[in-house]
Amino acid sequence: MSTAAAPPTLRRQRRSFVGLWFVSPFLVVFAFVLITPVAYSIYLSVFRDRLVGGRSFVGLDNYAQLFADPKFWDGLGRVALFLAVQVPIMLALALVAALAIDSGRLRGSSFFRIAVFLPYAVPGVVAVLMWGFMYGDQFGLAANLNDLIGSEVVQPLTPQWILIAVGNIVTWEFVGYNMLIFYSALRAIPVDLYEAAAIDGAGSWRVVLSIKLPALRQAIVIATIFSIIGSFQLFNEPNILRTLIPSVISTYFTPNMYAYNLSFAGQQYAYAATLAIVMGVVTAVIAYVVQLRGSREADLR
Amino acid sequence: MSAPTLRTARATHGPKAPRAGAGRRHGSTGAFGRPSTRLTLVMVLFAVYALLPLAWLLINASKTQPELLHSFGLWFSGPFALVDNIHAVLTYDGGIYLRWLANTLLYVVLGAGGATALATLAGYGLAKYDFPGKRAVFATVLGAIAIPGTALAVPTFLMFSQLHLTNTVWAVIVPSMVSPFGLYLIWVYALDAVPTEVLEAARIDGAGELRTFLTIGVRMLAPGIVTVLLFAVVATWNNYFLPLIMLNDPQLYPLTIGLQHWNLQATGVSSDPIYNLVITGSLLAIVPIVALFLALQRYWQSGLAAGSVKA
Repeated sequence: MSTAAAPPTLRRQRRSFVGLWFVSPFLVVFAFVLITPVAYSIYLSVFRDRLVGGRSFVGLDNYAQLFADPKFWDGLGRVALFLAVQVPIMLALALVAALAIDSGRLRGSSFFRIAVFLPYAVPGVVAVLMWGFMYGDQFGLAANLNDLIGSEVVQPLTPQWILIAVGNIVTWEFVGYNMLIFYSALRAIPVDLYEAAAIDGAGSWRVVLSIKLPALRQAIVIATIFSIIGSFQLFNEPNILRTLIPSVISTYFTPNMYAYNLSFAGQQYAYAATLAIVMGVVTAVIAYVVQLRGSREADLR
Repeated sequence: MSAPTLRTARATHGPKAPRAGAGRRHGSTGAFGRPSTRLTLVMVLFAVYALLPLAWLLINASKTQPELLHSFGLWFSGPFALVDNIHAVLTYDGGIYLRWLANTLLYVVLGAGGATALATLAGYGLAKYDFPGKRAVFATVLGAIAIPGTALAVPTFLMFSQLHLTNTVWAVIVPSMVSPFGLYLIWVYALDAVPTEVLEAARIDGAGELRTFLTIGVRMLAPGIVTVLLFAVVATWNNYFLPLIMLNDPQLYPLTIGLQHWNLQATGVSSDPIYNLVITGSLLAIVPIVALFLALQRYWQSGLAAGSVKA
């Protein structure tokens, strides 16, 4: 790490162990709940439990088995598709909302800000239960909608629709959170830039394209990374919906659900640990690539 | 690995951005022209999308179980049973809902409170002191921001079961106490909001380091601390995956797992659907958290702004 980004105030600071005292309580818990479990999982992933003979060292066999496991690829492919479709839609919606609220051309903008953000405060379980009920053809809004248009088109809880149904719940939960990240970045644009634009006679669209979007670049990179992480770790929404429709959502619908079911239904702890590590690495690599690309494009400008 | 990249982000974005707490603009930005009806209509659609499920929840919490199944979802129907439903939620199965609420509060107070305290101490320490190994600490912690809680849940469960910690309250509380993102936010906030000169002055006056932190640092960091606390509270209140795998005693469940437990009653051999309780229980579970967000709006919006400017 270079010190190029270190704040100038550092030179006034004394080099001593005092700072370490402030950091150490965090580090102790951090080591216990983050570093040790990861290390333990890596250790577990090179062993295998057998009914006969107990635990034995198998090297990278678990990894080889995972990469040849169609259930793993099925789940990974599904979250990759989810990522490619849901994340751009959600972030685009969040961007539109943030720009609209920041535009100064909206009546009651603070109401809209809080209304769009509110779903973030709703527990994921409650969100899925609500949408699950509304999706249902028994007493849900989907049934009402079908009655209204006189057809059976809207069937959110069928195999063809289920990924869209999950995507809608996730979008509903997190669009406001991302909106707030973008909105906060917009609020930080120095006002003299707008004054300069006004003197140059730039219209609203010109201001959005030339001032606001470039200023949002870093916030967009951050929001994208968090959304990528969220997509790869998808668990709560499909797992709760599964209780309504076990035949539509498999136990390996997402990699995380697969890891969960391997541990708790199959007792295959070593294999579950292997899966968790591989997913952690995949997520970190993709997040890193996005960060790298985002920064490089920013530097080119 | 994300440590250097995040700092690069800071370096590229920092100079343009105003320092936190100073020079922040007020009022609307780039206010060009009159209020736009079209824009307002777009936002009305947004608000309807965001609030519709909540309206559905509120309306259906007022219905009895039979009415729930046979009436239009977005309007009231049958006797107004909200009070009866609330009463039923609180007394069902010997009042276990209140037990779940108490558990949730315990997890929130110790988990989110602990996370905020640890992140504040550490963020302040990293921003205001130089010490051996600081860069290594920084790289590790910032790298961990990219590791989501759900990815760690299974490994943590495997380790905790070896230590016989599963199915105890600590299995939920201790992992909730670490918030690398909270630390990052406090660090960013402390760099700007706590001038080193003020700390130097306190030292010259003979105040100890901890005393300086408690009397000066904490006060100046307040908006940042409230933001971290609020988001930690939401994360703990809404936590599902961690308690799901760690706990199997219903007496230890938080509200989220308890509600899903009720929801599951509708399926299976001896099914006893209590959807009206699930819906009313869900409504009661979101009221405190929404109220908290609305009450503390001023704080978290400014605190989050400071973080995202630099992020």
